[in-house]
Amino acid sequence: MKIHIKNGRLIDPKNGVDAKQDLFIAAGKVVGIGQAPADFTANQVIDATGLVVCPGLVDLSARLREPGYEYKATLESEMLAAAAGGVTSLACPPDTDPVLDEPGLVEMLKHRARQLNLAHVYPLGALTRQLQGVNLTEMCELTEAGCVGFSQADKPITDTLVLWRAMQYAATFGFTVWLHPQDTYLAANGVAHDGEIAARLGLRPIPAAAETIALATILRLARETGARLHVCRLSTAESIDMVAVAKAEGLPVTCDIAANHLHLTEYDIGFFDANCHLQPPLRSQRDKDALRQGLANGTIDAVCSDHTPVDEDAKLLPFGEAEAGATGLELLLPLTLKWAQEQSLPLSTAIACMTTRPAAILGLKSGHLGLQTSADVCIFDPEQYWKIEARALKSQGKNTPFTGMELAGKVRYTILDGDIVYKT
Amino acid sequence: MYNPQLTDDGKLKHLLSIEGLPKSIITQILDTAESFVGVAEREVKKVPLLRGKTVCNIFFENSTRTRTTFEIAAKRLSADVINLNVSTSSQSKGETILDTVDNLTAMHADMFVIRHSQSGAAHFIARHVKPHIHVINAGDGRHAHPTQALLDVFTIRRYKPEMHNLRVALVGDVLHSRVARSEIHALTTLGVPEVRVIAPKTLLPEHVEKLGVHVYHDMAAGLKDVDVVMMLRLQNERMTGALLPSAQEYFKTFGLTQEKLALAKPDAIVTHPGPMNRGIEIDSSVADGRQSVILPQVTYGIAVRMAVMSILAGNN
Repeated sequence: MKIHIKNGRLIDPKNGVDAKQDLFIAAGKVVGIGQAPADFTANQVIDATGLVVCPGLVDLSARLREPGYEYKATLESEMLAAAAGGVTSLACPPDTDPVLDEPGLVEMLKHRARQLNLAHVYPLGALTRQLQGVNLTEMCELTEAGCVGFSQADKPITDTLVLWRAMQYAATFGFTVWLHPQDTYLAANGVAHDGEIAARLGLRPIPAAAETIALATILRLARETGARLHVCRLSTAESIDMVAVAKAEGLPVTCDIAANHLHLTEYDIGFFDANCHLQPPLRSQRDKDALRQGLANGTIDAVCSDHTPVDEDAKLLPFGEAEAGATGLELLLPLTLKWAQEQSLPLSTAIACMTTRPAAILGLKSGHLGLQTSADVCIFDPEQYWKIEARALKSQGKNTPFTGMELAGKVRYTILDGDIVYKT
Repeated sequence: MYNPQLTDDGKLKHLLSIEGLPKSIITQILDTAESFVGVAEREVKKVPLLRGKTVCNIFFENSTRTRTTFEIAAKRLSADVINLNVSTSSQSKGETILDTVDNLTAMHADMFVIRHSQSGAAHFIARHVKPHIHVINAGDGRHAHPTQALLDVFTIRRYKPEMHNLRVALVGDVLHSRVARSEIHALTTLGVPEVRVIAPKTLLPEHVEKLGVHVYHDMAAGLKDVDVVMMLRLQNERMTGALLPSAQEYFKTFGLTQEKLALAKPDAIVTHPGPMNRGIEIDSSVADGRQSVILPQVTYGIAVRMAVMSILAGNN
């Protein structure tokens, strides 16, 4: 299959490209930029006039819910959602049922994903067995099976000795440890930021200190052990400052935030909107501003969808009983574009936050469109507004705080290894 | 701004919280309650305002007192009353809240009185019921208990009609208290210029001052020159542990005694939402003393709940 994408605005942050250039694809690879290679005859010509052509998006956290939670979502539905969102590579956390703590499960997941062939799936293995924070998993075996890092998802290790050992062991082999910092005790039963809204609505609070205390512990252990650390889903202003200090010190630390947190605060909970029940919780305006700033100045390496499809019944409950999480794969692009536009940042910065920068965290060769790289491409219309509503989403998870809003940025084509896996 | 409690033309559709209620509606409820106070003293303690209507008391959390007052209020309005203790029935069989509510709707109930342990439960149910049904929040988690707050301000208004001239102190466990949150909003909406909260830091939510109150951690300073002392209940399970060291120490530091009450204005009144813990948050000599209005509160509670139900039924 040879594809000629013509008249598009090619934006490839890693290679410093932002210009009207055609892209030529053959045998799953990029074979020409700007001009066709010799004797190139396209089987298919995509007219990208008025559209942006960029690397396929790389999402650092998308829950596919398989195995175990097929009533919430299936691999097929969520990989379709990825394709519809322009996401061609995604990392999935290990909090499935059973937990991704055995090589066989990881191989099965990789195999199923390959068969569907809608996105590259990079599983994160469990750092401890059953995510129980007691016994280490077979990290070497899991890496051989395809894991790209080790994570506790949203189940922090409370025992600091185990955390220390886990990071030491991972550091032995150079594996990256992905941790979401949250102090189990301070966050116990909490459902909302410890601010004015929680005080008014009588919601159980999760103080900012639940995150910063855990982060301080994790950063200190990273320094002690030399483990490569990726900190997931930061939510407070102080956390960003702490990561900046750690980076300045030279620690091998990266971090990400969820796209929802670029736009929402505790006030969006309104009258107990369960769609705004997220983990970590939506925090104050000051925190939101710091996250927006941190992503712009590079302290925050990447923005992810934190895609967490929840079945409808699990959201049809009072706020505190409703399951945390929101669908996100199809919103990553428009939400990140909205942030960049509001901050007066160039499109290429927005795209870098979803491509080059997360690809570097995962250690992928993709995330850019240099010659002879895999042809993972996202083609989108940056001006096209679309309404976020259940029927507009491919994901089985329909819940998002943005329901009813119109957002700009509609994916028109998604190309995976040179095959068109989505078009509209 | 969207207000789930009001109809499009600004009338009371549900009573979910005091926050968001305009002063005019609160005053309407209190004035209507005045007219119901006399009903209980008549030979025939009934008025026909809710005749033919069915009121469902759906209690997902146990409560005898509140349920009983709602039941009496509804019966004095001639409604048919169904009491459902869901904590001991369908929910333990796995039925969801909405299934329970839908089933009662199918039985043609007109009004739901809801108590639930989760903040926001009444809002949640109000959002999902059929349009002709009115929802009254009888307590949701730590969030709101609007009828309790209304009967409290009704009582205060009876004894101290000049609301815009009062200094009021709430004493005790504000953190876990839906009553406190609703009382604060009721007082500030009615124009009380100074509302204080007095409690140890462990029993106050972060940012409580954003609710428009002055924060005190010392009874002597906090009670000085107040017109009304509103006591809050301290749950048994919170008396010892990480929130408080012991009931004794709590009584010593934050319990209301005659000596501490003497710091308030001489004609200050004392309220309590009940049930009281004598000797823990309040001394018996205060609870039964001349400044206590705790029993009148209970009487007025029925009139206030009758007022709420009759106003809701009139807003179809």
